[in-house]
Amino acid sequence: MSAFTGTGALARLIVRRDRVLLPIWMLLLGLLPLSLASGTAQLYPTDAGRQGYIDSLAGNPMLLLFYGTKPDNASLGALIYWRSATGMVIMALIGVLFVIRHTRVEEEAGRRELLGATVVGRHAPVAAALATISCASVLVGALVTLGMISQHTPAGGAAAMGLAWACAGILFGAVGAAAAQLSEGAGAARGIGVAIVGVAFGVRGAGDVAGGGLSWLSWVSPLGWIYHVRAYAGDHWWVFAVIAAAAVAVTALALRLSARRDVGAGLLPPKLGPASAGPGLASPLALAWRLHRGSLYGWLIGLGIVGGLLFGGVAKTSGDLLADNEQLKQIMERLGGASGAGDVFIAGSLGLGAIAVAAYGISAALRMRTEEAALRSEALLATGVSRLRWAASHLVFAFLGPTLVMVVTGLAAGLLYGTATGAVGRELPRVLAGALVQLPAIWLLAALTVAVFGLAPRRAPAIGWAALSLCVILGQVGAALQLSQALLDVSPFTHIPHVPGGPVTAVPLVVLTALTVALVVAGLAGFRRRDVPIT
Amino acid sequence: MENSIEVAGLIKRFGQTTALDGLDLTVAQGEVHGFLGPNGAGKTTTIRILLGLQRADGGTARLLGGDPWHDAVSLHRRLAYVPGDVTLWPNLSGGEVIDLLGRLRGGVNRARRDELLERFDLDPRKKGRAYSKGNRQKVGLIAALASDVELLLLDEPTSGLDPLMEEVFRQVVAEETEQRGRTVLLSSHILSEVEALCDRVSIIRQGRTVETGTLTQLRHLTRTSISAELSTPPNGLADLAGVHDLHVRDHQVRLQVDSAQLDTVLRQLTSHGVRSLVSQPPTLEELFLRHYETEPSK
Repeated sequence: MSAFTGTGALARLIVRRDRVLLPIWMLLLGLLPLSLASGTAQLYPTDAGRQGYIDSLAGNPMLLLFYGTKPDNASLGALIYWRSATGMVIMALIGVLFVIRHTRVEEEAGRRELLGATVVGRHAPVAAALATISCASVLVGALVTLGMISQHTPAGGAAAMGLAWACAGILFGAVGAAAAQLSEGAGAARGIGVAIVGVAFGVRGAGDVAGGGLSWLSWVSPLGWIYHVRAYAGDHWWVFAVIAAAAVAVTALALRLSARRDVGAGLLPPKLGPASAGPGLASPLALAWRLHRGSLYGWLIGLGIVGGLLFGGVAKTSGDLLADNEQLKQIMERLGGASGAGDVFIAGSLGLGAIAVAAYGISAALRMRTEEAALRSEALLATGVSRLRWAASHLVFAFLGPTLVMVVTGLAAGLLYGTATGAVGRELPRVLAGALVQLPAIWLLAALTVAVFGLAPRRAPAIGWAALSLCVILGQVGAALQLSQALLDVSPFTHIPHVPGGPVTAVPLVVLTALTVALVVAGLAGFRRRDVPIT
Repeated sequence: MENSIEVAGLIKRFGQTTALDGLDLTVAQGEVHGFLGPNGAGKTTTIRILLGLQRADGGTARLLGGDPWHDAVSLHRRLAYVPGDVTLWPNLSGGEVIDLLGRLRGGVNRARRDELLERFDLDPRKKGRAYSKGNRQKVGLIAALASDVELLLLDEPTSGLDPLMEEVFRQVVAEETEQRGRTVLLSSHILSEVEALCDRVSIIRQGRTVETGTLTQLRHLTRTSISAELSTPPNGLADLAGVHDLHVRDHQVRLQVDSAQLDTVLRQLTSHGVRSLVSQPPTLEELFLRHYETEPSK
């Protein structure tokens, strides 16, 4: 028996477990460049138009942070490779998280031990996770290549671009495998993996934004190598040799680390906690704070502050950009009303941010289900804690958490946009209002999750996420697919007024809020009456 | 004496399956009551109904003089519960969980908590994810035992504990009742644990109570195994009440007899002239195994 015996069977198990999630993200990411290319080709049919577009975007350092240094030509392919670079960062993140999910998480749950006692080689679990993420990444890359070829871009550039996307998933899958060896807890492993992606992104971005004497920085970062493939703008094939060497080295490191430690153990010693609880830890709310604070901080910083500053910072540039392009301006105004282009951008960004925050609201509401299924709610409900009090401790985070994130997003975006336009006093309240009008739609999705949790708990995760996916599809591609208005109206986000800029009508906000209250009441009534735990 | 738990004719269905089918259970105040039955007999379901976590479809249940469903919160302040599989929050230390659960029940006895930590040899600083099954169980036990409550509901609380810790558990539970006058409902599979701790026992099977009584009473339900060699071939043994598994071959006899009928059967045997006699004393184990064996359900 070799150290890799059983890899194939384990890979099939991974595919079976992720049979829903895997195709969804593969399709979403794989088709992203295609959709971007077809839209851009219509708006900027000429090289001159595209060059103007590239120059105006490249004037904004915030965008260089995401896109990297601008391409040396204005072909459609070069523009799309540059504009969709964030997709490669998402591939890297997925690579890290996917491999940790199928190695360290399994180990922490004790399932790895169950498998390890069967005919499975020592390296098989890591190898299976890496093989699966590599195949998935290559398929995404193939989709990217085919999509770009279908837009009449050169095949060589399309191949380089697809390979670059695939490499992001493969290389950072290996990084995830190495990170998974370090800590006993999956949470810490995820933190380490995401931090590596973050540092790689930051170092690369710093090099690209600073340019000149510091541009070598972006060569230090593994993400920088992937950016430096520069598809359609030189096609640096030799960079792939660097990436492949790094991927092999990191994989070998992960396998060595995994061979040196016991199953379940980590290389870093686990941290000890306090021997007794602080005086504050005496209520379900205090416990809920411990359980929810990590993700609340993450959303506040990630979306609230970073996202808000980004929206506000880019709004001025994109406003100027729109002013130059009559055709684009007309399209945006049709979407967001006849106000200034900067307003249109802010309202659109806040709408996108609101979808992400709705995901946070749903996941916070689903925490109740996790707690119930893990039998941890049983331990609390057997003490002097009523069901309503327990549920309320989580609902605080499902509803006030997203509210707080949107407030911070609005403040950050308004502050930066106001500073850029020189009218903080005018823009701050307008942008904040734009963030706040999104709340009823966000709440409604969390409330739907709560209702299903109370009435049919086993279905809560599926229905919560399905509802969000429906809203994403209707909101993002519904108009392009020319779906009927009645269908678009299913999404609560359709009814949110476009603020700042558009007219504000209170009726939809009141109706959505009333529906939210009704769903929460129904959910809580169901939860009070039903058996606990339903596993 | 008032009863801490009074359950009569309890019925609980989950879809098509009937988990409890007319279960009866009475636990007197201050006693340790053993609650036995094979896996899936309905022990956990009964305890969850007593905790007001699940609602019965029929029958009555009274707990500490209240209604488990309607008075759940006020009753929970007077009891502590340890599930058979304690699950902890991965990012909370064992000490934090003990304090949190204790406070939510209305208060932790600090001295008792520290004493129990020492006796169970538990490091309270480890995070929930780092504990083994046995150590998670200890966290649940200490959280329950360090709370000032009248009633302890323990659902197979010693699963995963090593024999040494099992012994500590027995001592602690004995103290609970003797020194603090607490009532304990102890669901268990471990016969020695039940014999060491319990005043009375209820055995359930397929959602019904099949035996209940003190251990002494239950011993009367046990059977003595007898094998004897007689001078003359025996007759009439099969007609005697209380004789089971009778095997006769020439002068050899093997049988089992209910303890209550022992005297009658011995008289019958001696009337045939006993040449040798081997008798095995009644064991509770034999009684339990008899109830654990699955009969084809009706």
